[in-house]
Amino acid sequence: MAQRFKDVDWIGLFLWLFRAAIIVLVLWGTVAKIFFGAGNAYSASDWIDFFVSGLSQGSLYALIALGYTLVYGVLFMINFAHGEFFMSGTMTATVFIALPLSASGFLDRNPIIGMLIILVVAMSISVGVALLTERIAYRPLRRAPRLVPLITAIGASFFWQYFFRGLYGSSLIPFPELQALQGKFSFWGVDILKTRAVVIVSSVIMLIGLYFFVMRTKTGKAIRAVAEDKDVAALMGIDVDRTIAITFATGAAMAGAAGILYGLVFRQVHFFMGFVPGIKAFTAAVLGGIGSIPGAALGGLFLGVIEAVGPPLFLEGLGIPGGHQLKDVIAFTMLVLVLIFRPQGIIGERLAEKKA
Amino acid sequence: MKRTLLFVLLTALLAMLLGACGGQQLECDDPLGCVEVAPGDPIVIASALVITGPNEQLGLDSQYGVEIAIDFKGEVLGHEVQLQPEDDGCSAEGGQTSAQKIVSNPQIVGVIGTSCSGAGVPASKIISDAGYTMISPSNTAPVLTDAATHEAGYLRTAHNDKVQGAAMADYAYNVLGVRKAAAIHDGDPYTEGLASVFRDSFTELGGEIVAFEGEAPDATNVEPLLTTVAAAGPEFVYYPVFIPLGSLITKTAKEIDALDGVYLAAADGVQSPDFLEAAGSAAEGMYVSGPDLNFANETYDRLLTSYQEKYGTEPLSVFHAHAFDATTILLNAIEEVAQQGDDGTLLIGRQALRDAVFATSGYQGVTGSLTCDANGDCADPKISVSQVQNGEFVAIWP
Repeated sequence: MAQRFKDVDWIGLFLWLFRAAIIVLVLWGTVAKIFFGAGNAYSASDWIDFFVSGLSQGSLYALIALGYTLVYGVLFMINFAHGEFFMSGTMTATVFIALPLSASGFLDRNPIIGMLIILVVAMSISVGVALLTERIAYRPLRRAPRLVPLITAIGASFFWQYFFRGLYGSSLIPFPELQALQGKFSFWGVDILKTRAVVIVSSVIMLIGLYFFVMRTKTGKAIRAVAEDKDVAALMGIDVDRTIAITFATGAAMAGAAGILYGLVFRQVHFFMGFVPGIKAFTAAVLGGIGSIPGAALGGLFLGVIEAVGPPLFLEGLGIPGGHQLKDVIAFTMLVLVLIFRPQGIIGERLAEKKA
Repeated sequence: MKRTLLFVLLTALLAMLLGACGGQQLECDDPLGCVEVAPGDPIVIASALVITGPNEQLGLDSQYGVEIAIDFKGEVLGHEVQLQPEDDGCSAEGGQTSAQKIVSNPQIVGVIGTSCSGAGVPASKIISDAGYTMISPSNTAPVLTDAATHEAGYLRTAHNDKVQGAAMADYAYNVLGVRKAAAIHDGDPYTEGLASVFRDSFTELGGEIVAFEGEAPDATNVEPLLTTVAAAGPEFVYYPVFIPLGSLITKTAKEIDALDGVYLAAADGVQSPDFLEAAGSAAEGMYVSGPDLNFANETYDRLLTSYQEKYGTEPLSVFHAHAFDATTILLNAIEEVAQQGDDGTLLIGRQALRDAVFATSGYQGVTGSLTCDANGDCADPKISVSQVQNGEFVAIWP
């Protein structure tokens, strides 16, 4: 008996209890909400609104998370400047393209061409900023200990934030509203805001496109080879530096596109807009399994939905007032839970010997 | 080596002490210490206002008020007045940083700030503990001048939100005739305080608060929040938050069918052109409570003219007059308590200065007749409700 008592792993027991407590709380809240109607009374369409808005926010997280996951895949570094790649393209395209196009009426007359121009400009600027950062701040440090590029990334993040603040000022800039995207449309009897639908559909298309780019093209193969082993990839004739630059560019292009979708939904941009979505997308990438593309997509969608549905569902069920304020708590609690119980994420990447 | 260093340091210290005693004919007997201003040196006051970021118009407007007050005052006892502007960042962290920076400079006599109540809570503690005196032109949260939480060196010329929240409740209940209202805050002392006062006043009038919700100030997706609020069926939604969240809520509310025809209202935190630009046409028709700028006195006209000449713009926000009064009160108090040496040296006792500011009574300022109470409330509060009409704030009540 005494022997047995000694063998108890206290930390393991605590973690097990912690997990059990969280699950019980969530279930309790959910049951109280659904079966006993605690808190507000929501109609079915309210729940659909929660879900769809969460899904659109989540698909933005997913697009940004791809950049984290791709770069982590090849370099094993967290690129904390990624949120700034997202911001730089969006702000530039808003100031120089979207606002003038909207003022001249072109955007409302030719919404598709207009949006494409805005999108291309945003993606190019994001890619440019990313390539510049990679060349100047990251490449010289490729052989340095891992902590060094990490700190450099934080520095680069601050640099870009305040660079663009100097350029465009620090006030909020409104993103133009497209007449074509006002209102809702019906989708199997469900009313969805057009902007939300556009965001969800285009994100899904981009996610699938990226997946095929990485899995089916020669460049994608090179990226995967570099991720597996840089030295061997170089021996096989792959230009490692170029491949890494392409990886950064791909991630940044996704971030630039996400930025324009963000502008469409939330209709305001400013120099600090990359920070919170950046942190959330990083969380999403870790949730899904950092280094994995489907993982980042899944993690993003999951995070967006739980942030939107969590407060009305189990926080209200538990009788916690003002639940929406606590959605960050939900997001980061998820992160902690995943880090404790499944460090490799929901879709854990199969780690090669060298990486692990 | 170490010894030599110690010796040098000690000698230097001794020399400084001797020097200080030698040239001094004024005695400092103030319990909080004194600021000595040498002949020809300026009197330094600091400001801690939000002068960068999405809410910069709120702070810049106040800073312009401070600068104009310094211009109008001219020299104080033969010394120029110099302003050291700091940024309160409109956040607790920003308030803490700016306050630390201010109290690390012993030449600073007094402080005008902070802009945001969230910054004011930590700043008022740091600044008071260091023996300095601060007057805020735009902190309105009740907690700052509550007897239980008031810091000794803190005063304000802005209204207490006990007045503003009650005014909005009065307008909603009696003028608009609504009976069910919702309130949203972002957890900052200003917004939470104002939303709470509104809730209490509205309930007292006989109305019902159907939803009292919170949201993060840097939130992006506010649709879930507004869906929750809409499900409660309010006729009036009050969200006294700052510009980024305020414009986001305003725009998103227009997309939610259940909020169609519901009155939207915010407070002085969004009363600036930046908000109107960010929210665009969605802001049309919404109500905003804030200080009544209908001051109608000669000084205010001079202040406005000078503002327009100096900065080439109409006032950016609504607290420039309060900042003007705060600065003038501070400078008058310095003039009153400073001891003058024969060579023009000034010795300003910190406790004496604090007492002099708190003793302000019946001062005829731009914003009205100001009398400071023991908890630092100096304002002569007049609240008006404006409506956004054709992209401008138009005062409609009272």
